[in-house]
Amino acid sequence: MKNITVIILASLTVSLSAQTADEILDRVDKNMSAENRVLESSMTIHGKRNSRTMTSKSYTVSDKKSFTEYLTPAREKGTKMLKLEDKLWIYSPSTDRTIQISGHMLRQSVMGSDFSYEDMMDDRKLKDIYTATIAGEEEIEGRKYFVLELIAKVEDVAYHSRKIWIDALRFVPLKEDLFAKSGQLLKRTTLSDMQNVQGRWFPMKMIYKDMLKHGDGTEIHITTIKFNQDIPAYIFTKAALKQ
Amino acid sequence: MIKFLLKGILRDKSRSLLPIIVVSLGVFITVLGSGWMGGIFGDMVDVNANFTTGHVKVMTRAYAENENQLPNDLALLDVEELLTNLNSDYPDMEWVKRINFGGLLDVPDENGETRAQGPAAGKAIDLLSPDSNEAERMNIVNSIVIGSLPDKMGEALVSNDFAEKFGVNIGEKVTLFGSTMYGSMMFKTFEVCGTINFGTAILDRGAIIIDISDARLALDMNDGASEILGYFNEGSYIDEKADSVKTSFNKKYSSVENEFSPQMFKLRDQQWLDQYMTLADRISGIMVIIFILAMSVVLWNTGLLGGLRRYSEYGIRLALGERKGHIFKTTIYEAIIIGFIGSVVGTALGLGAAYYLQENGIDFSSIMENVTMMFPPVYRAVVSPDLFYIGFFPGLIAMTLGNALAGYAIYKRKTAQLFKELEV
Repeated sequence: MKNITVIILASLTVSLSAQTADEILDRVDKNMSAENRVLESSMTIHGKRNSRTMTSKSYTVSDKKSFTEYLTPAREKGTKMLKLEDKLWIYSPSTDRTIQISGHMLRQSVMGSDFSYEDMMDDRKLKDIYTATIAGEEEIEGRKYFVLELIAKVEDVAYHSRKIWIDALRFVPLKEDLFAKSGQLLKRTTLSDMQNVQGRWFPMKMIYKDMLKHGDGTEIHITTIKFNQDIPAYIFTKAALKQ
Repeated sequence: MIKFLLKGILRDKSRSLLPIIVVSLGVFITVLGSGWMGGIFGDMVDVNANFTTGHVKVMTRAYAENENQLPNDLALLDVEELLTNLNSDYPDMEWVKRINFGGLLDVPDENGETRAQGPAAGKAIDLLSPDSNEAERMNIVNSIVIGSLPDKMGEALVSNDFAEKFGVNIGEKVTLFGSTMYGSMMFKTFEVCGTINFGTAILDRGAIIIDISDARLALDMNDGASEILGYFNEGSYIDEKADSVKTSFNKKYSSVENEFSPQMFKLRDQQWLDQYMTLADRISGIMVIIFILAMSVVLWNTGLLGGLRRYSEYGIRLALGERKGHIFKTTIYEAIIIGFIGSVVGTALGLGAAYYLQENGIDFSSIMENVTMMFPPVYRAVVSPDLFYIGFFPGLIAMTLGNALAGYAIYKRKTAQLFKELEV
């Protein structure tokens, strides 16, 4: 019996290490990306002085289109964001204005959180924009993780390199460090509460930390997520912002 | 004897004209240079004090650490209470609250969508209170190109460059987009009531000036402010006084344990102003030393030339029995009189030129379009009391010193050779 266990474990190890970095990224992308998704979430921003929470509902189609409506609190309610390709518009109900965000503003924080508009807009598959290598394997809290190092292979990326810890069985990231070209650590993402949704593993809790900012980071809790839904086309139009 | 020397100076112009011109020129340059440098340094300190540093400035400790990022999430709160305390503790100063903010200035088209936009560097000051001196302090009225100051909430002055570039006219709406103090999205639409041009790139780039009550509303900064600036009623910065106010305030209100406690900084603590003001303090002294050394050498040479020209005269005077010491003494008296005349003429001309530059200044704004430091666009000299003597005494000393060095040659004349020399 003992020998059988050893053989099974050994074969599992061989099969894990036999995977290439690209294959691992491919499996991660299959979990994290979808043809479309609809999700409701709450975002808690831990500032130096206080913490505040807001809820929103988002519709996303591949990495090209997304629409987000903020539901609470009262100050944010009705604020909407529309992303089409590389353009981003924000609608403010208080001023009835639709403002296009571009240039350096894309690097600004979204709602005072630890991620920027640029982070929010970049939904591209990791495999399409990074070249990956396996840096090693680690065991964290009894689970085995691949450690991948990613170097950008395209110019228009916010982070030149990344280091990602990927669950060796579920193929979802546990932790991600994002670096500037200089090698400086800019952001750290920690993902947890992995749930199987429609046959894919997905992290329901994420903590983003801008390493250059004070504070305890930004927490996102996904309350509901649905993949491959029928999303009406009009949602992804500027007219929908004012509705 | 003075009368005798004066007659000699006036009648023998070749003896006095060149030294007087040299002394006058040197004194003129010193007086004008000191007035000009004093004016420039003073203007630069004033511009920085008026726009950013105050004579003293209060911020939270956390805000001060990242001041250049305008972190309004770390701004002062309970500002009105703090202002009451400041007015009570330091009644001989004027205290003002300000909010600095960044963001995006967006110009809508007829459908309310973005027609044009650019980065905004905003300043919110007290523009609407009838007793506020802020508009005057920041020279806003004189910097308005078209339109007028905001006279009600919801109005804004925008950079003239921005208005021209994006075709924004008076009465049109612009939307300020950014973050509130608590990180929420901030959208606030203002009516443009005027355009402004300070003449300095750092102040004009994306400038928007609004009343502080509008900023508090837009940025969710109820009873908050980025900073409180204090100005001495004397009008100019006094380092010893600033030091004393800062020390007593920080002792009473600031706490190392609380990063949101207020902390006071004096003008000299901020940016590069300490090095700058140290240089300004020393520059007049450096100029005077250079002047005395250079003029002494020039006047020494002039004295030597004069001595050579008057070689025969000194010989005759020695032959007639005048003592060398007496000749030397009269030469020195003569130098003092010439130095006095030259210094008076030079000081008068220098003061006149400095006064002209004080009133008119020289406009350097065209060459400072891309300067990112806070310099005034028009440089003026300043006629200060020290200009009345700063060149006068060096002029007198340089002339006397130069002649004393040259006149020393008198003692080398040998009485035995006098008649032989005079035969020649």
